[in-house]
Amino acid sequence: MSNAVKPLGRHQHWLALLLIGVVLLLVPFVAALGGQAWVRIANFAILYVFLALGLNIVVGYAGLLDLGYVAFYAVGAYTYALLASPHFAIHLPFWVILPFGAGLACIFGVLLGAPTLKLRGDYLAIVTLGFGEIIRIFMNNLNAPINITNGAQGITLIDPIRIGDFSLSQTSTVLGVTLSGPQKYYFLLVALAILVIVINIRLQDSRIGRAWQAIREDEVAAKACGINTRNIKLLAFAMGASFGGIAGGVFSAMQGFVSPESFSLMESITILAMVVLGGMGHIPGVILGAVLLTGLPEALRYGIEPLQKMVFGRMLIDPESLRMLVFGLALVLVMRFRPAGLWPSPQRRRELSESTD
Amino acid sequence: MSTQQILLEAHAVAKHFGGVKALHDVSLTIRRGEIYGLIGPNGAGKTTFFNCLTGLYRNESGHFVFDGTRLAADAPHKAAEVGIARTFQNIRLFGNMTALENVMVGRHLRTRAGVLGAITRNSTTRAEEAAITRRAEELLHYVGIYERAHDYAKNLSYGDQRRLEIARALATEPKLLALDEPAAGMNGTETDALRVLVEGICRDGVTVLLIEHDVKLVMGLCGRVAVLDYGEKICEDVPAVVQRDPRVIEAYLGGSLA
Repeated sequence: MSNAVKPLGRHQHWLALLLIGVVLLLVPFVAALGGQAWVRIANFAILYVFLALGLNIVVGYAGLLDLGYVAFYAVGAYTYALLASPHFAIHLPFWVILPFGAGLACIFGVLLGAPTLKLRGDYLAIVTLGFGEIIRIFMNNLNAPINITNGAQGITLIDPIRIGDFSLSQTSTVLGVTLSGPQKYYFLLVALAILVIVINIRLQDSRIGRAWQAIREDEVAAKACGINTRNIKLLAFAMGASFGGIAGGVFSAMQGFVSPESFSLMESITILAMVVLGGMGHIPGVILGAVLLTGLPEALRYGIEPLQKMVFGRMLIDPESLRMLVFGLALVLVMRFRPAGLWPSPQRRRELSESTD
Repeated sequence: MSTQQILLEAHAVAKHFGGVKALHDVSLTIRRGEIYGLIGPNGAGKTTFFNCLTGLYRNESGHFVFDGTRLAADAPHKAAEVGIARTFQNIRLFGNMTALENVMVGRHLRTRAGVLGAITRNSTTRAEEAAITRRAEELLHYVGIYERAHDYAKNLSYGDQRRLEIARALATEPKLLALDEPAAGMNGTETDALRVLVEGICRDGVTVLLIEHDVKLVMGLCGRVAVLDYGEKICEDVPAVVQRDPRVIEAYLGGSLA
């Protein structure tokens, strides 16, 4: 990984960071020019960056193919929803629920991880997929005999993230700048994303990161080197799950509404596709993947509708179905021509070139 | 022989694969500081013995006593923890990691930094990381491939890969280094260099258990040799005696000489 460092001078390095910072600062204001809907889209892009980087620890670093990642997102979301809504008339503050949700998701991560430790590749994918579905179906049906999740109707009127009287979902003026609700969530999400990026970077070049990589490369040899592969794999599951839990909590607060529909298998696949499409194990790649896959459907929604009306005078194809078509086609093309992802780590590119040669 | 001289005792170790008796009540004793050879024809059970010893396989009966305590050989990482390091017959390196990183992975066992340390990068973690790097560099130097430190393991030459695997094994601070056919596929020069390396390792206080096909290497290097045939130990002695043992000759040349 030492070779992955870009040949940038220290000076240029800081300049690039400064540039990224300025762009990040401007995004919510530029997006707001097109309406608050665009700010929400930016928010979701960053939420997915967060989720994808959480999954990257499991899939990219430890090499464990997890198709049920959305389960942890759901656990976090429902934890927040149940503890901060009129549903049970409990209104705990977010700084209690978010860590609690992360912890709970972490426990679920270990629960899923423990029975799957001996599985690899396809087998692991199937079991995790099943796990993701179990959680969703539970959320869907836990409204009887005791109504816990309110079933398919979901939970509404979830509290926003609020510190004292300062609520993230209302417009307010901070230091002379008027910020809308979505714009405030944007800054919270950026802060969280930076946190997860730093954690990803630091883990990568650590004793734990090397152990994950060793397991990915050759599990038997890793064991012979004295790595307790069981614990190290569980650690990857637990960490990935915790990030999923935090993301779920923020999602809940931001939307004010959760229902099992948001946690379908498709969601897991989309998050995994972000990681794979962008470049597994490579942080900039994963970020790119998340932003592209969130932005693309929205661009289609806003671009295709007017385009069709303009060309044909009416809607021929539903943008939703077109979305899946383009999404699938993009995946096929990327996997065919850039199997290591759009922006792969030098490492992963080597691994894949080796197997296709 | 006092118990202090004995590093490893195998007591009637048996391993079956279905109806095949891969190991049949193999007992042997390895003394501290010696180079002990384990030879035998293909399929004699040498690697199976290694795998039982290092916890990759679970033996049906019998047990190992290592350094005075009975091995609970149910997990490979535990074997590494008590001080048994191994290399593999078909080299198993982390191909897409650099030579240096491979050896750094070997330090995992003897270091502590966890997730919190990694994330905060506190002074303890930084110091430990520096120590890991330093030790890994020393070991690469020791096995003679320091100049390849930043090359990817899979790009190293065959002989260098064998050396790297030894360096990685040494990084776990073993008391017993088990080498599975380290000279396989090496030419004469490389084999000679390997001999010097193994002798050096032994001199530096690590006991060596060597599986080898190259009979000449084993005879020149090992203090004592055991011969396995069809999962049974047929002979154990100093090389000169083993070489003349009729059972060994028969096992190697096959058929009856009578």
